[in-house]
Amino acid sequence: MTERALLTVRGLSKRYGDRVGCLDVGFNLWPGEVLGVVGESGSGKTTVLHCLSGRLEPTSGSTEFLQRDGSVVDILRLPEVARRRLARTDWALVQQNPRDGLRMGVSAGANVGERIMAVGARHYGQIRGQALDWLSQVEIPRERIDDLPGTFSGGMQQRLQIARCLVTRPRLVFMDEPTGGLDVSVQARLLDLLRSLVADLGLSAIVVTHDLAVTRLLAHRLLVMRGGEVVESGLTDQVLDDPQHPYTQLLVSSVLQP
Amino acid sequence: MSGYNFAYLDEQTKRMIRRAILKAVAIPGYQVPFGSREMPLSYGWGTGGVQVTAAVIGPDDVLKVIDQGADDTTNAVSIRRFFARTTGVATTRRTDEATLIQTRHRIPETPLREGQIVVFQVPIPEPLRWLEPHEAETRKMHALEEYGIMHVRLYEDITLHGRVATSYDYPVRVNGRYVMRPSPIPKFDNPKLDRSPALLLFGAGREKRIYAVPPYTSVRSLDFEDHPFTIEAWEQACGLCGSRESFLDEVIVDDKGGRLFVCSDTDHCERRREGAR
Repeated sequence: MTERALLTVRGLSKRYGDRVGCLDVGFNLWPGEVLGVVGESGSGKTTVLHCLSGRLEPTSGSTEFLQRDGSVVDILRLPEVARRRLARTDWALVQQNPRDGLRMGVSAGANVGERIMAVGARHYGQIRGQALDWLSQVEIPRERIDDLPGTFSGGMQQRLQIARCLVTRPRLVFMDEPTGGLDVSVQARLLDLLRSLVADLGLSAIVVTHDLAVTRLLAHRLLVMRGGEVVESGLTDQVLDDPQHPYTQLLVSSVLQP
Repeated sequence: MSGYNFAYLDEQTKRMIRRAILKAVAIPGYQVPFGSREMPLSYGWGTGGVQVTAAVIGPDDVLKVIDQGADDTTNAVSIRRFFARTTGVATTRRTDEATLIQTRHRIPETPLREGQIVVFQVPIPEPLRWLEPHEAETRKMHALEEYGIMHVRLYEDITLHGRVATSYDYPVRVNGRYVMRPSPIPKFDNPKLDRSPALLLFGAGREKRIYAVPPYTSVRSLDFEDHPFTIEAWEQACGLCGSRESFLDEVIVDDKGGRLFVCSDTDHCERRREGAR
C-alpha cells in the first residue's frame, strides 16, 4: 500500500477584506511527521493554524484529511457535526496560554477526563484511571489529580493541557507556541517530553512558533512564512543551516547566541 | 373579575404561549423561546409558571398551587388567589382533585394521573450553563448532542465529595435526546418524572423559555456506570404522619436544638393523618 498524506493542504487563503491573513498556503503532512511553521509576529502562522483546525473559515483552498478508516474528507466542506467530532477525537489543539485550553474551574482529573467523557466514557473508575495514567505520562505527580489547575505552575499547566489533548489518542495535534511564556529550563523539559510523546505515539503535529530552537528540536520539516505567504520550506536542518530566502537568512541570523 | 381578561393575560399572548407549549411537547426536553410578559409579581416568584398556567387554564379546571410541597406558603397562596380572582376557577389543596398543579421545588407525593397537568417554575433552564457561558454555544451543543461536559460536572462531584452531591435540579436526559434541568426539585422527585402519566410543563419567565415532558416519556437521570443515580433516604419517619416514603423537611422546633422531620408535601401528610384517625 502506498502511503498517503495525513493532511493535504492546497491553496489555503484567508482575506480580511483587502488585508491578507494568509495567501496560497499548501503542503502535505505525512503520518508521524512534525511540521514547524515559523515567522515573525503577524506573518500569518496562527491564521493558518486556525484555518486548519476549523476555528476560522478560510476564504479559499482545500484541506484533505485522511481518516482512521482510510477515507479522505475535505475538512472545509465537512458538516459541522463531523468537524466537531473530528476536533474531539482525531485532533487536538494545544494553545499558547494553558488557561485558554483548560477548564480552570474543575480539577486536573476532570480536565483530562473531559474528552473521554465527550466521546462516551461513563465509568468513573476507568476515567479516573486513564487520567492518572496520563498525568504520570506528562510527569505530573499522581496526588495532584484532584487539585485545580490554578494551583499548578505554568509548566505544569502546559503539561496538563497536553495530557488533556492527548487522552483520546488524536492523530493530528495543532500546537500554537507550546513553549511560549515558560522559562528556558521548563521549556527544555517540555520540549523533551513533547518529543518523546510524539515519537512514542506516532503523532503528526503542526507546531506554530517564532522560536527557532523549538523547531530545531521538534520539527522534521519547516515552513517559513512572511506577510501571509510561505517564502521557504524544506527539512528543518536544511532550512536553518542553509537558508536560501533573504528573510529566512535574516530570521536565522537574528537568533541570539548566548 | 371585571377589567381583566380571563386568566389575566390577553388572548393573543395566551395563543403565543400555547404555540410555544405545543412545540415544546412535540420536542420533549427542548427549550422553546417565547415572548415572556411582565407579570404582576417579581422575577423569581414564578413568572414563567404563572404564564404557562394562564395559557392552559380553562373554566372547568381545578387548580392546586404548591411551594416547597406546601399549599399554605406565601408564594403558593398568592398565586392560587391570583388565579381564583382572575379566572374564578375552583381551587383545591388535594392532589387527586386537581386537574392543574403549579409547583415550585416539588412534585406531589400522591401519584399523578392521566389528564393532569403539572406546571413547574424554572429559574435557570439551561443545563449546560454551568460549564458553558455562551448561549449560542449551548444551543449548538444541544443540537449536536454534545453532552460530555455534563459528566465533567458529575465527575467533579464524586471527586470532591465521594458521591454525586448535586441534590436538587439534578440533570436528566429526556426521551434519550435532550438534557434538561428539571427545575429545582430534589433529586428525590426525579424518578417521578420518568414515564409520568401527567403532562409536565416547565416555564422560565426571566429566561423566556418553555419546555415540556409529555406523558409516558422516558426521563433518565445522568450518572456513571459505577456511581449509579440514587435518591435521598432518611433514618427518621415523618414526625406527624409517620411516613417513611415521602420527602422530609427538617424543622427546628425550639431553642434547645430540638428538631422534627416532617413531610414537605402538606396535602400528603394531612391525608395520611386523616386516614389514620
